[in-house]
Amino acid sequence: MVVDVKPNVQTRQNGQVKPIVNDFALMVATKNGSGSQTSNEVLIRSLFRMGIPVSGKNLFPSNIKGLPTWYTIRASKDGYIARRATTEIAVAMNESTAAEDIVNLPPGGVCILPQEWRWGHSREDIVYYEVPVKETVAAASVPSDFRDRIANMVYVGVCAQLFDIPLDIIRQALLDTFSGKEKPAMMNFGVVERAYNWSAENLVKADPFHFERLNLTGGKILITGNEAAALGSLFGGMTVAAWYPITPSTSVIDGVLDYRHLRRDPETGRDTVAIIQAEDELAAVGMIIGAGWAGARAMTATSGPGISLMAEFAGYAYFAEIPCVIWDITRTGPSTGLPTRTSQGDLLFIHFLSHGDTRQVVLLPASVAECFEFGWRAFDLADEIQTPVFVMSDLDLGMNIWMSEPFSYPEEGIKRGKTLSKEELEKFYAEKGEWYRYVDYDGDGVTYRTLPGTDHPRAAYFTRGTGHNEKATYSERSEDWVNNLIRLRKKFETARNLIPQPVVDYDPAKRVGIISYGSNDPAVEEARDLLAADGLQTNYLRVRALPLAQEAIDFVSQHDRVYVIENNFDGQLHQILRMEIPQDNTHMVSLALGDTLPMTAQWIHAQITRLQQPLQEKR
Amino acid sequence: MTMPNAIGLERTDYKGSPSTLCPGCGHDSISNQIISMSYDMGLPMHRVIKLSGIGCSSKTPAYFLGRSHAFNAVHGRMPSVATGATTANNELIALAVSGDGDTGSIGFGQFKHLIRRNVPMVYIIENNGVYGLTKGQFSATSDEGQKLKYYGLNELPALDLCLEAVIGGATFVARSFSGDAKQVQTLLKAAVSHRGTAVVDIISPCVTFNNSPESNKSYPYGKEHEIPLHEYDFIPVGYVQPREEITADYSEGQTIEVEMHDGSVIRLKKLDKGHDPRNRQQAINVLEEAGRDQLFLTGLLYYEEPRPVLGDTLHLVETPLVNLPEEKLRPSKDALEKLMQGFM
Repeated sequence: MVVDVKPNVQTRQNGQVKPIVNDFALMVATKNGSGSQTSNEVLIRSLFRMGIPVSGKNLFPSNIKGLPTWYTIRASKDGYIARRATTEIAVAMNESTAAEDIVNLPPGGVCILPQEWRWGHSREDIVYYEVPVKETVAAASVPSDFRDRIANMVYVGVCAQLFDIPLDIIRQALLDTFSGKEKPAMMNFGVVERAYNWSAENLVKADPFHFERLNLTGGKILITGNEAAALGSLFGGMTVAAWYPITPSTSVIDGVLDYRHLRRDPETGRDTVAIIQAEDELAAVGMIIGAGWAGARAMTATSGPGISLMAEFAGYAYFAEIPCVIWDITRTGPSTGLPTRTSQGDLLFIHFLSHGDTRQVVLLPASVAECFEFGWRAFDLADEIQTPVFVMSDLDLGMNIWMSEPFSYPEEGIKRGKTLSKEELEKFYAEKGEWYRYVDYDGDGVTYRTLPGTDHPRAAYFTRGTGHNEKATYSERSEDWVNNLIRLRKKFETARNLIPQPVVDYDPAKRVGIISYGSNDPAVEEARDLLAADGLQTNYLRVRALPLAQEAIDFVSQHDRVYVIENNFDGQLHQILRMEIPQDNTHMVSLALGDTLPMTAQWIHAQITRLQQPLQEKR
Repeated sequence: MTMPNAIGLERTDYKGSPSTLCPGCGHDSISNQIISMSYDMGLPMHRVIKLSGIGCSSKTPAYFLGRSHAFNAVHGRMPSVATGATTANNELIALAVSGDGDTGSIGFGQFKHLIRRNVPMVYIIENNGVYGLTKGQFSATSDEGQKLKYYGLNELPALDLCLEAVIGGATFVARSFSGDAKQVQTLLKAAVSHRGTAVVDIISPCVTFNNSPESNKSYPYGKEHEIPLHEYDFIPVGYVQPREEITADYSEGQTIEVEMHDGSVIRLKKLDKGHDPRNRQQAINVLEEAGRDQLFLTGLLYYEEPRPVLGDTLHLVETPLVNLPEEKLRPSKDALEKLMQGFM
């Protein structure tokens, strides 16, 4: 499908260029491993420091060095932070992709490229700025082994000069990026300054793009979803993390390692959280299940292929009712698929993970703030429901830098659910005359557990993945099996109300509803504004967890038309909605993208406009 | 009736449910020795966790120590569960039972990595050289040249799990024979006292699928070919019947003393070979020689202490992680605010 995108283009009025301020996107094309990530981060941090709402998307290959990588930075005075399909400015630093990068520019766009390529101008409707990259680096007093990496600072200096980013802000952003280390920051800054000055003396501004200070980022933070998840876990009282490296989840555990000091006991200097790098995902999940069984708040982070390996154990933990938390930072599958591209393709898989009659609880964060919140809340929910809790983030949310309000401290205390201490067990016996592991004493499907180490002669029970009865003894009786599944289903209904409820924007006068989840949120919000500008008002419900809340089910019947927007190929939430809503729901339409890239407002806008057209004509 | 042990419990308190294994299974006599050992040692059952994978051997934790929590895991992945559980609570005494299929095939990777991390636990392999629960396929420890009813001739060499353990860096490796109750019990006592992964490979004949005299994991073969590394009073027993526990009777002859981490001492009588269980190279050599001769050596093959256990290398607090109060688990509001400043 061809999406009709209208980027900002150069418009001339009476021969004057009409300036475009704080509302355009810039794309940097480099080679992977060339150090461009630092330069891009400096640009983002600089815009953020100027008070301009900004977002960055890294489109990188599955490769350590050499393959092409693109980084887009979007500034939006209106606060939109979703990916934009088209960018007005291309910084072409990779000769192997430059031709395509230039073709993709809209008329009126800008191309910045190295002078030494001597490329000439293939288009007349864009502005070229040619920059002596090699020369500028050579002239700076930089140790020779740093030269290649530092070359990317040249475009930072040129962009700063051309688009009006003050040098002192760049300097501060460099210090932020290098965690306050003066020496590397200043070495880079030297190159930035040189390029800035060269640009001022040699380039004639011929494009309309400018950054201007705003006051829209004050008090906000910049952070990746994976770091937020790590912090949330540490504030959630996580005691065991076990993992096996896999893109794009690795930085969750890197975050835990980076902030482990938060959990260092000041008296002994020793840690209150165990971080174990396992031999594979089979072992990682086994470790957290063993730990959760023994009473730990245990977590692993992985991605699709790792989830596949965890399937058997996930069924075990579901059936034996062991709390643990599994983060799935989704990428594009099946198999290795496209490991550095984003997707929401694991939703159905994790919701039903394992062989036969399992329904797993899944949390669906849509922002870095929710990554933090679900980071700690997942442990409470796992303990309260006594089940694995999956948290499905994705590469876009997890690995890209996002703007956010500072995270809120978890004010409610740590919840441990129905876990009986020795004293509580004694009391339980005194009141009920018995305690059995899988008897539903409260009628909510959630039973009482004890932990190994509880000093009571009747605290022990036998945990198994094989058939068992209410007393936790081995059973092959059909009625025991069925009764257990009925209780687990009841527990699932209890979970429906305990887990995060949807975020809803609903006005009964509006007849079109949008349902979505996760990292699509900024694109959905922006698309709703675009649709509203066209005269189509929409309601919006964002699902934040599975099992689906009743509110989500009701939302579908409250509308003449419902669009379910997601970033996988199969329309997986749409399928879950259809499964949960028995009545006719032909008015519910799946809009499933799954093109390996973060969702865009332009795509949603185009799709809904196309599908609404015949409905409007009928009237 | 037996006398109460050090913590006032009788032997019957350490029992589990009745076994559902084939009558005469070597595994049942091992369960019996676990009961006796636990009773003798006065193990506090609430601190013991019983772990297993999948297979005949892995069913046995139901048959001993009924007052201990148990975790019958998925096939080959008990080591990871043990790693997690003992990391969560370092006061737990982990007794794990696995089999040759569970350890030598599907769980081989986890077995090796458990050893590498030196997770403090007793890892018993009830090794019968055959897949019993799926009715008699060869396992990775089946003898080369062995014949089985449905699967014909095994043309692949056997894995020696003790050799694998020693090479993998295990800090306690022993081998015994399920019929040798006294030796099994002595070795289990030493294993429980060890701070680190204690691997005890117990040849345990399968009475149903692997008990032909040609198999080196059969009773007739075992009785004829067992060579104790260190001499114990070898008492031929009926193998298949639960028996009264036998008190370990250490020889006062030529002995070496091996001190356990907890200060207890086991004394082993040296044979002519003069096997020193602290010598890793010697352990490898004797195992390779025995393998060449298709013999199995019993006794403590290798022993190393002290070496850091997993909790040490993870730099964890001494308090069990599961017992930490909330103020140790959740950093303060101030800490979060300070952190947020850093992201601005």
